Amino acid sequence: MTQEALFAGFGGQGVLSMGQILAYAGMIEGKEVCWMPSYGPEMRGGTANCITIVSDSSISSPIISMYDTVVALNQPSVDKFESRVKKGGNLIYDSANILNPPTRTDINIIPVQGSEEAIKLQNTKVLNMVMLGAFLKKTNCVAVENIHKALEKVFERYQKLIPLNIKALEVGMSYVK
Amino acid sequence: MGEIKLMKGNEALAEAMIRAGCDAYFGYPITPQSEVLEYLSKDATQRTGMVVLQAESEVAAINMIYGAAGSGRRVMTTSSSPGISLMQEGLSYIASAELPCVLANVVRGGPGLGTIQPSQADYFQAVKGGGHGDYRLIVLAPSSVQEMVDFVRLSFDLAEKYRNPVMILADGAIGQMMEKVELFDQMPRKTEFPDWATTGKPKDKERRYITSLHIQPEKMEEINKHLQAKYKQIEDAEVRYEAFNLEDAEYILTGYGLGARICRKAMDILREKGYKVGLIRPITLFPFPKKVYESVAGKVKGILDVEMNAGQMVEDVKLSVCGKTRVEYYGRMGGMIPSPEEIVENFEKLFIKGEA
Amino acid sequence: MSNNIETAKFRPEICTDENLVYRKPSTLLPEPFHYCPGCGHSTVHKIFMEVIEEMGIENETIGVAPVGCSVFAYHYMGVDMQQAAHGRACAVATGIKRVQPDKYVFSYQGDGDLAAIGTGETIHAANRGENILVIFINNGIYGMTSGQMAPTTLEGMVSTTSPHGRDVKTQGYPLKISELLAPLPGVAYITRQSVHKPANVRKAKKALRQALEYQKKGLGFCLVEIVSNCPSNWRMTPAQANQYIEEKMLAFYKLGDIKVPEVK
Repeated sequence: MTQEALFAGFGGQGVLSMGQILAYAGMIEGKEVCWMPSYGPEMRGGTANCITIVSDSSISSPIISMYDTVVALNQPSVDKFESRVKKGGNLIYDSANILNPPTRTDINIIPVQGSEEAIKLQNTKVLNMVMLGAFLKKTNCVAVENIHKALEKVFERYQKLIPLNIKALEVGMSYVK
Repeated sequence: MGEIKLMKGNEALAEAMIRAGCDAYFGYPITPQSEVLEYLSKDATQRTGMVVLQAESEVAAINMIYGAAGSGRRVMTTSSSPGISLMQEGLSYIASAELPCVLANVVRGGPGLGTIQPSQADYFQAVKGGGHGDYRLIVLAPSSVQEMVDFVRLSFDLAEKYRNPVMILADGAIGQMMEKVELFDQMPRKTEFPDWATTGKPKDKERRYITSLHIQPEKMEEINKHLQAKYKQIEDAEVRYEAFNLEDAEYILTGYGLGARICRKAMDILREKGYKVGLIRPITLFPFPKKVYESVAGKVKGILDVEMNAGQMVEDVKLSVCGKTRVEYYGRMGGMIPSPEEIVENFEKLFIKGEA
Repeated sequence: MSNNIETAKFRPEICTDENLVYRKPSTLLPEPFHYCPGCGHSTVHKIFMEVIEEMGIENETIGVAPVGCSVFAYHYMGVDMQQAAHGRACAVATGIKRVQPDKYVFSYQGDGDLAAIGTGETIHAANRGENILVIFINNGIYGMTSGQMAPTTLEGMVSTTSPHGRDVKTQGYPLKISELLAPLPGVAYITRQSVHKPANVRKAKKALRQALEYQKKGLGFCLVEIVSNCPSNWRMTPAQANQYIEEKMLAFYKLGDIKVPEVK
């Protein structure tokens, strides 16, 4: 099985780290992984995105133009990437942060009140984990416990942040039935 | 099995440098490869005692490389396109004086200051010379983060075997992306140095000197002949490439580095569509794998060369097939990356629908 | 060339230790200098090789030759050497010293090499306090390329690219690189010497030895500037050239220590 995902949003929303945590988890699970960021000045406040591929077999191109799943954290990302979801694929977006929702009918559209939930959790920085939770539940591309292990790796020096991030993941997962 | 890590290409390259027993790194920051110097600055010196020095310019860095390489040490520098241009004079001296060293070019889009996005537009510079005079670099083109690791060690070995500079020609995407890598174990740093190295005149022998100056043209021609003989030897012994599905191929996609990965995906899509497509991926750009192209020349209906430049390697592909097979080029420039779908579309346009 | 040895072969009876009045240092290779008659390079080569011999460090010294008249320094100096690209001697010396910190490392550079094309490398090596010796030959002209203006060419001085005399309004002012470098904290020792008279030769030799002693102590960047001549391109006889040094060059480039290490 191969999952070709794109995470997109404003710089600072944690889109690059969502992809990285997924890639870590995939590696822990023994899968092939590839994480390709958009890089450069756009990382600082503009739009940022990363492609993350998790696969049971070797990954050919790290650059792709159509995705199994797009996770969009802002309006420009929804506008830009809605058309790049493969037929039957998923578009997960932060519905608390978007005026014009996606309209395609040949893909699964999953609104998540990400920003709202993050405010409820009293830390807007966990928006990305809420969205990643929904992504995991929908795609099953890695096991949740491996995401937990990946968080331990990523938050090596900030272990106290892990419980909150796990809580955020769980909130996100509850959006997908 | 070695240690497995998830690493960025640039960081993996730096880690491999430390583990390969590199004695000194001299470099200057430039996007998209600054992570190399940053990574080494953390604790490379504490780990192995290697020298890590931020030079005042790429010009200074390559000349520090000259001095340290001339001291018989394992030395390496990295940069990106504009910085590599600044190093060309030094590289010409290094090639002429036959000093082993490794450099990596994490290529960005040009010409000029260009863009920091990935590109392959420095193929000619790397493969055909770049600096003045008749010289060659051994050029390796990694297409994964794993190869950023593996090629560092290979490059040091080749550099020392042939007393020749070796370039790892990557691109911004391979430098920036993260993949799973298996790291080799820490190798010891060298404690013995070659006879030609300037380590202080031996007591019972003549003093050594390293130079690229030979005023008498007869002598300079001799030096050139020696270099050309060495390059021939490298062409005979060090060609590396990967090939996929050549057995039944009617068409060939070809590309290197990141381009080859994208071509692999395009090949898979084309095969699903029923076209018998193979792939040739040169790993060494010099020496160029001419023979594998020769072997398909006249047998396949067409070769599509894909590059992130205006078509540079395609000239070597054409020279290799020598007119026996139609060779077309498709590529993007200035930091744009072709998608597999684009390659598929252009393949069909050029070879199937005959719109060439 | 090798006349000591030849004479010893034919007249062994007079070549005895008691009769020895002059001996070429063993560290100077038996190769005739290609330098023009009266040129200061030969003298500096000789006294520096004497210093190396006297200190007994020919097996632990690595030199860097520049681009310029002294590009062939490695043909004369009997120590391991590298020939550097134009202006890059301080970077090459940095590379050598960083991987061989226990060795003595020096560069030997002219004014074009050090103070024009290589200014950046020179300033940054000095500023990093690279523990090397730079021997800087300042004759105010490009010798090897036949007499073009150098950064150190005096105001009004004639060269092939300032045929009407250096016009500072359009061609800039002569550069005192030693004074420029001296304030940098990485710099341990800077002195300006000359070799146009025997007494000056002795002082210059002392300064070169002093600089290597400082390097041994790890004090940092040392530069010995030697105000020299270029009879050929100055279009003078050797005697006139030395006269010109005395009257013109030294009036602008004052001899003496510019920076010395603080005594601890």
